[in-house]
Amino acid sequence: MDKTEWPLWEVFIRSQHGLAHKHVGSLRASDAEMAINNARDVYTRRNEGVSIWVVKSGDIVASVPGDKEALFDAARSKVYRHPTFFPMPDEVKHM
Amino acid sequence: MDHALFQYLLRLGDSTLVLSQRLSEWTGHGPALEEDLALTNTALDLLGQARMWLTLAGEVEGLSRDEDQLAYLRDAPDYRNYLLVERGNGDYGHTMLRQFFFDSWHYFLLQRLSLSPDARIADIAAKALKEVTYHARRSADIVVRLGDGTAESHQRMQSALDDLWRYTGELFVDDSIHTALAQRGVITLHETLEQDWLTHVQAVLKEATLNLPAIEDARHSAYQGGMAGRHTEALGYLLAEMQHLQRSYPGASW
Repeated sequence: MDKTEWPLWEVFIRSQHGLAHKHVGSLRASDAEMAINNARDVYTRRNEGVSIWVVKSGDIVASVPGDKEALFDAARSKVYRHPTFFPMPDEVKHM
Repeated sequence: MDHALFQYLLRLGDSTLVLSQRLSEWTGHGPALEEDLALTNTALDLLGQARMWLTLAGEVEGLSRDEDQLAYLRDAPDYRNYLLVERGNGDYGHTMLRQFFFDSWHYFLLQRLSLSPDARIADIAAKALKEVTYHARRSADIVVRLGDGTAESHQRMQSALDDLWRYTGELFVDDSIHTALAQRGVITLHETLEQDWLTHVQAVLKEATLNLPAIEDARHSAYQGGMAGRHTEALGYLLAEMQHLQRSYPGASW
């Protein structure tokens, strides 16, 4: 199997009652259509009512671990930025 | 006992069972992990369908034979599967072409059967149709990729086509069992599936840049007989392997 012809794809799936697509893993496929087919077989066992996204791994840009402090640590002490002090009515689900 | 219906259900049950057994042989041997899983999924789908058809066949027969007895305690002359599905796997292209021929036929057949006035048949067909729609899409996709792939994959697909084509004619043969059931409206004659099948197969093979052999080559009676229990030499070996444990320990529960 030539890995340049079978690039790596990342798979995101929204399950039947799920709200958002979640990263579930990766697989190899020669193009997007095959990646979707393979994602169905490998990751959903063909449950109905799911949505699949596939994206070439090479197209994903990740944050650099070394930037962790600059990106995330500054917000840690600022709890007032989070709306955690309001009572939420039960009718509002999934905030 | 409704003899015609029993025989017809065996044809469906045995064909899905034998093809499932063939596909299972690929487990761990697929050309890529993803293909391996996809083929195993198809095998499981077909096994599930075989179980439903054979269970219903056992009920229709009325001799309290269940799916296991029908699967494990009949020898080759009592099997009613089409010859196409018992042929050896060959290379991956050969397997996928056999799958493509069968899936396309299966799809059009299940469409009709899901409209059967016999609710038991219609229910199983409707359930199976969802799975087979996916099988048919996938096998056609692979046939195009391999046929229109490299020079070697093209040549392999063409020789698989020349080898398997002769076994496709049997899928559209109607004997007295089919006519009896069709007269009662339970099924439609299989010859009515042929045009849809051929149109679809021709279009896919054209996209795959493969040459379809002459239609008459699929008509020879030497390549028919599975549904009457006259099989190729391949089925005996397949059943010997499949039934070995049940024959060695008859009546054991698993």
